Order: sequence, then structure tokens, then C-alpha cells
Amino acid sequence: MDAKQTNREPLIRIEQLSKQYKLGGETVHALSDISIRVNHGDFVAIIGPSGSGKSTLMNVIGCLDSPTTGSYWLDSEEVSRLKENKLAEIRNRKIGFIFQGFNLLSKLSALENVELPLIYRGVPAKLRKEQAVEALSKVGLEDRVHHKPSELSGGQQQRVAIARALAGNPPILLADEPTGALDTRTGVEVMGLMKQLNKQGHTIVLITHDLSISQQAGRFIRIQDGRISEEGGEMRERRASP
Amino acid sequence: MNVGQALKMAVKSILGNKMRSLLTMLGIIIGVTAVIALVSLGQGATKAVTDQVASLGTNLLTVNITGRGSTTTISYKEAEELANIEGVEYSAPANTQNGNVKFGTTSISVSVVGTTPDYADVRDYQLAAGRFVSQIDMDYYQKIALIGSSTAEELFAGENPVGQTVLINGIRYKVVGLLAEKGDSLSGSNDDVVIIPITSSERLFKSKGVKTIYVQVKEPEQMDAVVAELEAGLTKTFRGNENSYRVFNQQDVLDSFSSISSTLSLALGGIAAISLLVGGIGIMNIMLVSVTERTREIGIRKAIGAKKKDIMIQFLIESIALSGLGGLLGVGLGIGIAQVASKALNMGVSLSIPIMVLAFGFSVFIGVVFGLFPANKASNLKPIEALRFE
Repeated sequence: MDAKQTNREPLIRIEQLSKQYKLGGETVHALSDISIRVNHGDFVAIIGPSGSGKSTLMNVIGCLDSPTTGSYWLDSEEVSRLKENKLAEIRNRKIGFIFQGFNLLSKLSALENVELPLIYRGVPAKLRKEQAVEALSKVGLEDRVHHKPSELSGGQQQRVAIARALAGNPPILLADEPTGALDTRTGVEVMGLMKQLNKQGHTIVLITHDLSISQQAGRFIRIQDGRISEEGGEMRERRASP
Repeated sequence: MNVGQALKMAVKSILGNKMRSLLTMLGIIIGVTAVIALVSLGQGATKAVTDQVASLGTNLLTVNITGRGSTTTISYKEAEELANIEGVEYSAPANTQNGNVKFGTTSISVSVVGTTPDYADVRDYQLAAGRFVSQIDMDYYQKIALIGSSTAEELFAGENPVGQTVLINGIRYKVVGLLAEKGDSLSGSNDDVVIIPITSSERLFKSKGVKTIYVQVKEPEQMDAVVAELEAGLTKTFRGNENSYRVFNQQDVLDSFSSISSTLSLALGGIAAISLLVGGIGIMNIMLVSVTERTREIGIRKAIGAKKKDIMIQFLIESIALSGLGGLLGVGLGIGIAQVASKALNMGVSLSIPIMVLAFGFSVFIGVVFGLFPANKASNLKPIEALRFE
């Protein structure tokens, strides 16, 4: 599987990407001249202090925002100039979001939350339920299917969120401070789950300000003042070779 | 995402906020309830009136004679000749005067109708006892009288009046018949009446001729022809003075009633439209609040792949479901109130399916119109900003 993937186009290819926006008449350079490659099966941490531009980068990678200049190929598709509706479709098919604050819908059960991306993809009800239950059992919550988020602990809620990200089987999981709202012990649990998912072949991009979290990823990219200041860690293909 | 899915979400959201949903719908509920209840009662009342008019016979024509100069009446022979035309079933000239009727020590004032035997057929009077005026009574100026049921009640207090003698304006009359109860009509009670032969009436009141002719037409289609011929005859009699007479058609009464009732319906419809409009604004208001409240939810949905259209449909369906449910509850409540009111006030109700469908349809339409703005606002939210919303 690895040998095959090394020959493939990287899953994410960002070239000379910049993002500016106007704030009170002043132009803010949130990102300048960013180039990143993420291969299939990578576990990349993007680390930076607050205000460094890592949130903007995550929004761009997650197709929630468009860059001002530069190009972004996601799964061999140039997505930086797409229209809103097309971007929604890309998000639905290609990206599984895991947010810091879980972002589950409080009125829906765990199962219904996990089904949500599949509803927007137009998956028929029966298949949708099967896939959602499967995703929930991947994160070990098969016995919490009908619980509301308020009836679950923080760690369990984040696992439901991870299941939601997994449900549509997207090529990338994009996690924004996934342990930020959790205590240390459950944080470790969630990170364990993420690593396990990476081992199963999921590509993960993780955004954090916590160095100890980023060290658990295979690679890290440090962002400072909208620029990449440091890159480190092994590339997946090197690490995977015997 | 399909509409069924959106409907499921809408129902969930409405049920998740029962109190608020009910209050939101209240405007629509009250509006629709008012329409259904008022229209049902109004149509019931109209139906009662038109039924009453119809029971008098829609084929009935009344000729009123006012006369010109010193001739204010025509003789009853003239009247009968006038009405002796093609298409007339019966005709009865009548000379109605107020008389003082006395039996024993009881004395009342009542309208005394001098007329011919055909009067019973024309006015559809039934006999409870005795006989009606006959031709021979007229020929011999018989002093006989028939008594209406209320008048009989007042004068005889339950005794059988037939065979008794009453004094009409001091002259002795023999009661030969009792009229069956007929009820009220537009021109007042039909039972407060004394009927005597027209020839006797002319003598009694010292007034020659008749002022009224009742004409029963055979078929409704012949109505216009008969009216035209009557008018032609009357014009000849009064030498072209058209103000001397008036031919009065029951159909005209019916027509004027239905025009009153349609004006009323229009006014009700206007009130209903206004109250539904107010209800719709209420829905829009709450939907706007709901969009703001659920900004984060919208952000999440958009982040995981909901398109503009999906969010739009979700909120639009929710507002339609609110207004539709409100409309449905309103129809139910309206029917209930109409039934209760009809029992309590002893009024007839006439439930009209088209009005219910219209009221329900209009409330759904209100949901669409007033849901569009909030739904559009929701669908235009930027996912990043919506996700950042606390």
C-alpha cells in the first residue's frame, strides 16, 4: 500500500499560497508564501502560537476559506478558485473535520450527528445508518449510539466527532486542537485514537499550539507570522521503508 | 438532501421547542380559527335567511299599487283580470287594513286581509281547522273570517275558535277556519292575521279596491315574461305612470341577500388576510431569532458539507411546517368553536370545505413568504464566521 502511494500525487499540494484580508482598513497578511505537501497516510501537525496564521491555514486546507493567491491541489483537484457550492461538496467528500469544541448538534443523538455528512451527500437512509454505526464502533462507541451529546463525557463527545469525520470515509481528517477542550488523560486517549487511525491508513492534519501533541505526529510544520518557520519529522515514505 | 429529510429535521426542531413553536403559531392559529368560525356562522345565518325566503316561494310576485291622483287602488275584478295571463298559476288581490278584533272581553289590533279564495294557495297557508274563503262568500258578502294561529291564541286562549263569533271593528263575523302556524317571514309574522272575503272587506273598511296583488308564477323561467306583462297591463291602467305601481320579486330579495353575504365574506376575508399577515410576521420574527441562535449549528452543517440550498430548504421547510401546522390547528379549532357557538347561540352553521382548504393553503403560503427571508439569511452565513459564533 505504501509503495503504491509514494508514486501517487500528494494528497495536499499547496504552492506559494498567500492570504490577506482587510481589517479596519489595514491589510493583514495572514499567510504568505506557504508551500506544503501532505502525502497519503501522513500524520502532519501544524503548530504555531495564537495569531500565527495557523487557523487561517486550517480554514484554507479545510476549504472553508479561499486563498488570495497561490494554488491548492486537494486529491489532484485545484480547489483554490472554486465557488461556494462546489467547496461545500469538496468538504463533504474529501475532509473530515474534528473541532476543538466538538461542534456536535446538541439536539441530535450520536448516531444522527454521525449521519449528518452522509445526509448532505445524499446517501440513502439504510446505508447511511450502517455506515454511521460502523464509524461509531471504530471509535468504540457502539453502545452509545442513541445518547445525546449532553449525556456523554468530553472524551466520548470528541470520539463522536471523530466518528462523524470518519463516516463519509474522506481522504483527509482535519483536526483543530482536538485535545484543547479535554483534560490530560482523555486528551491522551483521543491522541491514541488518532494515531491508531493513522496506522489504519487515514491521512491526518492536526493543528495545535501544544508542542507535546505535535511531537506525537509523524511530521510537524511550524508556522510563525504567517510563514513556515520550521519543518521537521520524517516523511511517511521514509519512515515506512524497512 | 431531500425534502423528506428536511421535514424530519423541521418536525424535530418544532417538537424540541414546543412552547415557543406554539406561541409562534398562535398568530396563524387565531387567524385561521377566526376565519373558519366566522365564515361558518355567517354562511349558516345566510343559509337560514335564504331558506326562509325560498320557503315563501321564489315564484312569488308581489304587485304594490300606489296609484296616481285620486285613484290609489284598483278594483279586485280589475286585479284578477290583470293577473289573468299566461304563466300565472294563481293570483290573489288583497286589501290589508288594520282592524280591531274583539272576542268576549279581549280586544286586539291586527291586520285584516280582505282577499279571494286563491290567497291560501298563493301564500301557501294551510288550514288547521275549518275552511277557507270560498267564491260564494264573496258573492254574498258573507261576514266570515279565518284566524291566524297567534291571533287565535291571543283571542281564544286555546279554545277552538271555529264556530265562534268575533267583532271586527264592531261588526259581527263568524269564524269558519283556523290557519296552521306558518312562522315569521321578512315582512313580519304570518300568524298575526285575520282573513275575510274581499267583498266584505271593502264594505267593512269602506275602501274600494285593492292595493296588493300576490301572483304565483308556474315556472321560474316564466318570471321575467310575467313581470313584463304585468307591468304592461299596469302601465295601461295607470296611463303610463310608472310610479303608480311596483312589481316586487322574491328573487330580488334573495339576490340582495346573497350580495350582502358576499360583501360580508369579502370583509371577513380581508380581516383574515390581515391577521394571517400578522401571524406571518410573527413567524418571520421567530425564524430570524432562531437563525441567529442556531448560527453555530448552521456553521457546523456547512462545514461538513451542507450547501446553501440545503440550509435554505431546512429553514424554509421549518417555517412552512410551523405555519401549516398552525393552519391545521386553526381549522380544527375553528370547526370546534363554530359547533359550540351554534349550540350555544342556537344558530345554524354551514362548514365549507373550500374555505378550510383556502385558509390552510393561505397559511402555508404565508409560511413560504415569511420563511424566505430568514432562510435566505441562514443560507448566506459564511461557515468560518458561523463556526466562530458563540
